[in-house]
Amino acid sequence: MVKDLVEFRNLETHFKTTAGTVKAVDNVSFTIREGETLCVVGESGCGKSVTAMSLMQLIESPPGKIVGGEIFFEGRDLLKLSKKDMSRIRGNEISMIFQEPMSSLNPVLTIGNQISEPLMLHMLLDRKAAKKRAIELITLVGISRPEKIFDSYPHELSGGMRQRIMIAIALSCDPKLLIADEPTTALDVTIQAQILDLMRDIKQKLNTSIMLITHDLGVVAEMADYVVVMYAGKVIEEAPVLELFQDPQHPYTKGLLKAKPIINQKQERLYSIPGQVPNPIDLEDNCHFHDRCEFCMDICKVKQPPFRSHGKDNHKSACWLYEEEREVL
Amino acid sequence: MSADVMPITENKNTKKAKAVDTPWKTALRRFTRNKLAVIGFITIVFMFILCFIGPFFSPHNLYDYSLKNKNLAPNVTYWLGTDKLGRDILLRMMLAGRISLLVGFVATFITVVVGATLGALAGFYGKFVDTIIMRVADIFMALPSLPILIILGAVLSDLKVDPDIRIYYLMVIIGILNWTTLARLVRGQILTLREQEFMQATEALGLKDGRKIFKHLLPNTIPVIIVTATLSVAGAILTESALSFLGVGVVPPTPSWGNMISAANNLIDFRKRPWLWIPPGMCILITSVAINLIGDGLRDALDPKTKK
Repeated sequence: MVKDLVEFRNLETHFKTTAGTVKAVDNVSFTIREGETLCVVGESGCGKSVTAMSLMQLIESPPGKIVGGEIFFEGRDLLKLSKKDMSRIRGNEISMIFQEPMSSLNPVLTIGNQISEPLMLHMLLDRKAAKKRAIELITLVGISRPEKIFDSYPHELSGGMRQRIMIAIALSCDPKLLIADEPTTALDVTIQAQILDLMRDIKQKLNTSIMLITHDLGVVAEMADYVVVMYAGKVIEEAPVLELFQDPQHPYTKGLLKAKPIINQKQERLYSIPGQVPNPIDLEDNCHFHDRCEFCMDICKVKQPPFRSHGKDNHKSACWLYEEEREVL
Repeated sequence: MSADVMPITENKNTKKAKAVDTPWKTALRRFTRNKLAVIGFITIVFMFILCFIGPFFSPHNLYDYSLKNKNLAPNVTYWLGTDKLGRDILLRMMLAGRISLLVGFVATFITVVVGATLGALAGFYGKFVDTIIMRVADIFMALPSLPILIILGAVLSDLKVDPDIRIYYLMVIIGILNWTTLARLVRGQILTLREQEFMQATEALGLKDGRKIFKHLLPNTIPVIIVTATLSVAGAILTESALSFLGVGVVPPTPSWGNMISAANNLIDFRKRPWLWIPPGMCILITSVAINLIGDGLRDALDPKTKK
């Protein structure tokens, strides 16, 4: 039995704006198991990053606030930890890779300096030992001439190399969980493939769990063990990756899969889901996807569908299509 | 390492590493290309050599009073003449330069430490820390600094502080009164820098606040600090001269450029004995112009927007 590493339980993160409250993460629950890659998929602005930021407790407050729920990490509720305990976990047990490798490194400090920093802080290594470990890490992420790179500044490296360095920094303290927030979005396709290969490789070597946030279903198919689909702040479907690709249940997931180009098949135009993500301010208590859904029924407009499994144990979704009760009360 | 993870090939990067300069090298190249700035720099170096090494070659002594030789015009023995107590003007001017330059640089150092720290704290923490520090800065800015300096100078005179120690008080006072400009600039920079993604990354690494401010944020503001500090050296020297001229800065017998030109207060000296006040006056002028030229040169050299 694989152990649960992280469990989100009814997490709610809200942002207060002058126009109203944005429920960026609304009652989200899912678990990440040890050694597993979990992909969070969804359109821009559907709460993927905010979920990850809530886990790290990096939500700017105000305007953001975690108003409810629990996040368990190895049995401890992270939301109840003190600031000091939390900063001991950050970078040490949970670390994060950001989307923009170009701006995630401090331009005035050398690469070596930046890799050594968490090592000296969390692992309490001295400068010499930290340098040795840093050079090992640079080698691990597949960059040659690590000694030279150690003394370089970020502007001397290409985007792909910087992202590798970010991964090296994230891995420096052997974290149990690596959060990757769209790590390949800013890179070109060949480098994307290299970075993903690198992450898969490292996962196998170090048995790190990965929470991969992406909107690229190609990346999902390649990397994920388990997929969580989010829409407008809610989880609308979750399943193991093969199951999801073979038998998507929610119309939104179906739409996403349909919008993907298929190799060896000529298509005049790619399918796109009509309409836009709803305005996230003060959403009503209904299925947020109803106005874009081709199977929309009356009940969809007035009531939220429950999130549960329909037949298969490990495949859950939230859609009225699979419910018995369909009458508007 | 599995075979499918390709190491990034290095051949194109080795070439690049040679072609790419560090930001400092680029700045140095731009600075040396600016003729005026280089002239300013050479002038300052010359002033330092004159003031700190020159006195060793003087045959005269600072405390050689000889009323027999008073008020001599420049001649072979006394190159720049003598003052009303028969002291050599050239020697006094060089020693005064030590004091003035020292006051300028030490006061600026204090300004940088206080201003950069407070500005960084205000910018980083925001909210009420920011409010308190910046409102205090506003108060400092609203007060006219010269009257305050004169009052403080008068207080020092009243307390009969030893002239040698008085110089240090003066450095601290001038330094502290100037912190607001730098604090504002640093705060502004930090406000934009702390929203950058690399700061979010330091947060995600669990770094402590002190490290974030002093290791990650302040080094990014160094260009601003250098430029402001250079220009404020000239300001501090001028302030010191003004105070000494008014008799509340460096007081005799310790010479300073400012209290040497106060000889011009005397109408006879002013009209008949220009060697008393023209040399120190020229020193003040040359030094502050040179420092301002360096400051302008540095600003152009360190500005990433000028691509030359």
